[in-house]
Amino acid sequence: MAGLAAAFGSGAMTNTIADIQAADVILITGSNTSENHPVISSIIKRAIKFKGAKLIVVDPRRIKMTDHADYWLRPNLGTDTAWINGLMHVIVKENLHDQTFIENRTEGFEDFKKSLEKYTPEFVEGITGIGAKKIVSAARLFGNAKVASIVYCMGITQHTSGTDNVKALANLSMLCGYLGVPGGGVNPLRGQNNVQGACDMGGLPNVYTAYQQVADPAVARKMEKAWKVKGLSTKVGLKVTEMIPKAHAGQLKGMYIVGENPLVSDADLNHVEESLKNLDFLVVQDIFLTETAKMADVVLPSLCFAEKDGTFSNTERRVQRIRKAVDGPEQAKEDWWIASQIGTRMGFPMEYGNSEAIFEEIRRVTPSYAGLTYGRIEQTGLHWPCPTEKHPGTPILHGQQFTRGKGLFHPLEWIPPAEQADNDYPLLLTTGRVLYQYHTGTMTMKSEGLNERAPESFVEISRADADKFGVKHDQMVTIASRRGEIQVKVKVSSMAVEGTVFIPFHFAKAAANRLTNAKLDPLSGIPEFKVCAVKIKDAA
Amino acid sequence: MTKSEQATITINGNSYPFHNGNTILDVARDNQIEIPTLCHLKSATPTGACRICVVEVKGARTLLASCATPAVRDMVVQTESAKVVEARKQILQLMLSSGNHNCAVRGSDDLEWTAFQLKVQDDDASGQLCPVWGDCRLQDLAYRYQVSGERFPATPSRYPIENVNPFIVRDFSRCIQCGRCVQACNDVQVNNAINFGYRGPESKIIAATDRPLKDSDCVFCGECVQACPVGALVEKNIRYDVRPWQTEPVRTTCTYCGVGCQIYLHVRDNQVVKVTGVEDAPPNYASLCVKGRFGHDFIGSPQRLDKPLIKENGKHREASWDQALDLVADRFKSIRDSNGPDSIGVLTSARISNEENYIIQKFARAVLKTNSIDHCARL
Ligand code: SF4
Ligand code: SF4
Ligand code: FES
Repeated sequence: MAGLAAAFGSGAMTNTIADIQAADVILITGSNTSENHPVISSIIKRAIKFKGAKLIVVDPRRIKMTDHADYWLRPNLGTDTAWINGLMHVIVKENLHDQTFIENRTEGFEDFKKSLEKYTPEFVEGITGIGAKKIVSAARLFGNAKVASIVYCMGITQHTSGTDNVKALANLSMLCGYLGVPGGGVNPLRGQNNVQGACDMGGLPNVYTAYQQVADPAVARKMEKAWKVKGLSTKVGLKVTEMIPKAHAGQLKGMYIVGENPLVSDADLNHVEESLKNLDFLVVQDIFLTETAKMADVVLPSLCFAEKDGTFSNTERRVQRIRKAVDGPEQAKEDWWIASQIGTRMGFPMEYGNSEAIFEEIRRVTPSYAGLTYGRIEQTGLHWPCPTEKHPGTPILHGQQFTRGKGLFHPLEWIPPAEQADNDYPLLLTTGRVLYQYHTGTMTMKSEGLNERAPESFVEISRADADKFGVKHDQMVTIASRRGEIQVKVKVSSMAVEGTVFIPFHFAKAAANRLTNAKLDPLSGIPEFKVCAVKIKDAA
Repeated sequence: MTKSEQATITINGNSYPFHNGNTILDVARDNQIEIPTLCHLKSATPTGACRICVVEVKGARTLLASCATPAVRDMVVQTESAKVVEARKQILQLMLSSGNHNCAVRGSDDLEWTAFQLKVQDDDASGQLCPVWGDCRLQDLAYRYQVSGERFPATPSRYPIENVNPFIVRDFSRCIQCGRCVQACNDVQVNNAINFGYRGPESKIIAATDRPLKDSDCVFCGECVQACPVGALVEKNIRYDVRPWQTEPVRTTCTYCGVGCQIYLHVRDNQVVKVTGVEDAPPNYASLCVKGRFGHDFIGSPQRLDKPLIKENGKHREASWDQALDLVADRFKSIRDSNGPDSIGVLTSARISNEENYIIQKFARAVLKTNSIDHCARL
């Protein structure tokens, strides 16, 4: 979210889910919406069917949403900044930008405008493979809209240039003045149910709750007072992608991992595995004995969402209740109970009666949540920021002004992905999810029906590439990258485009992340899951 | 509230204001006047297919479907007149006599009942009463209007049950052709997987060119199951096993993706047996995807961790909470004290609650004294 925060001052979805229906043009990029966010895809499809909205899909795969699109732009992997700059070049050249909005609400436009000059449709076609004419038509459709919504997901962020990609989308929306109004905005769809909440609550190395900077001594003092503690660190901590190499190097000695399975989800798994082995002490807290938990010195059993009370914050910043429906396994406990027990036993008393008591403390230290109470969200969740108990919540951000004051244009250059296809590794691999499985599969794979629909990993390949490399549908092959290899079944599919293959990352047995590149985006720390070079080795 | 010149209509003798675009049904519902409906699906364009919602409008030659008829200034409507009731009875009788509606409203004549039930058993491989007994709009209405399926000769069920997919059983013998599923699929989810097929008495809801759902565009979102007013579309895993009156719904938020769909977990004997979407509530207004609706088996899975484990000589052994927590506290303390706070890293989770994330970052910062806390789902 570093990209959005830099442009607007806040890194969340600017508009709401329902609000997408107010757009006359919707641009989806890097989001296989119908498989990863099916309910949102239906809202978009309804907008098209009943409200006449136009759809532009920009995606390297022929995903289902392309069936509903007026334009499908198919960029080469890792060329997002280029095509976005291309659209903006056309919009500026044809005078479709919103001069009033730019003057009143933004800064940095002149430098930014210069940076677009070289991104002519022809130049962009050379990089992205998208026809120049298509770039012009899509730019006109987008620029001429009354209001257009941009929807994106990991396909944009999981690149070494991910932060730039997001900034480029922010530029595009500001350029046309589509911010702070219904039907507009830049809208990242969160993959996991409470990513938004984990970030809001300070589950990040640089911020406390509500994005209050750890490096700011005033914030540290405020938290020390609230928590009755001394000596809070003002040093920004390690990102997960930095922890792993530090563990590898022996500098990180202990880890406490709650509800995550980095041994399937992280890039370059072989390296992750060695690193975790190298720890002196590993504690894993989860609902199942995951691949990661198996390596732990201590495993702590926790309750799942159906067994406890609390709140989740969804992708549109709506804070909603979860409620206990069943009793969990006899000894399993709430994650908050376990962590506060460890804290208490280490000499810092953390005593809470229930989740609501914790929420009350959250409100006191979290300005954007201050006005929320369990009572207020009993029936319908509210959108933060919600600073007081009288405040109705904020469905649309940046209405009068941006969180940071003025919206900031960033001049951006396209940087090629860290790894390119070459003679040794002639295919590009991209990874993602399928409809019937979720993340590392620890939950969905307990469901026979879901497994029946999506039983195992596969490599999705175009007919042309299958012929070229001499492989057949349903055949087992070995896919190798510079980091590892896995065995998967071949799935010849019209979703794949020549030169690019796709493997879902859910399956531990043939984990796509044995292949992926852990090269990081310098700002966000997100690895380049979405591009790496691979080859098909002799059929297994 | 109402301007003096605001248009009104009269329903059952009382006058009510309305807005442009309101149907008679909308006005009635806004004023707690109950008109039965079967095919009407909120959020979709009315089709007027079932005609159970007919009302008598003064001056109109025929009864009008209230779900599809706009309210017009000074209209005079009767929702439960003798003519209306007679029409509804006949519609219900026709529906009940076509197909396997063996919910005891079929008839009271012993002999006929037995023969009928044997036939149902034949079609369905079960001797039990209809799987949605007690949770069926048709049964409710048959009871309300006191009718059975005897008045008209029973028409045969033409198409066998389809249960070759893991999630949904399609029982054509109980389908009343209301079309709600077709609208749910085409107009709400816009998956365009099912539609009306064939004509007249052969009419059937088909997927693609009449293939099993699993070989069509169906993505098993189950919107159609939730929309079906009768027992024609039912969740496969609970069909005949879980009866509607055995479960308690608990409202909560789905645990899969970031949409945060509002759901009911239906609980029987401490087990989540079914999930439905909450109607009328954002962000999903009843819609769900296959994971949210059918992916709940993990909750009660026997593989759930149920005791703390401590690794000794490369093997996990069970431990008490006291042992495990003391060990963790001791080790973290000694690592922190001898190697400094930044020698410990914490990963919190995008799958646990806000309260839990808050406590875990507080633990990292206030107890371990490090900001090295993150989660895996950086987006
Ligand atoms: S499950 Fe969903 S996609 Fe399949 S037929 Fe029903 S509504 Fe359509
Ligand atoms: S299957 Fe159910 S919803 Fe669909 S037409 Fe038949 S009765 Fe109506
Ligand atoms: S409910 Fe009105 S016609 Fe069916």
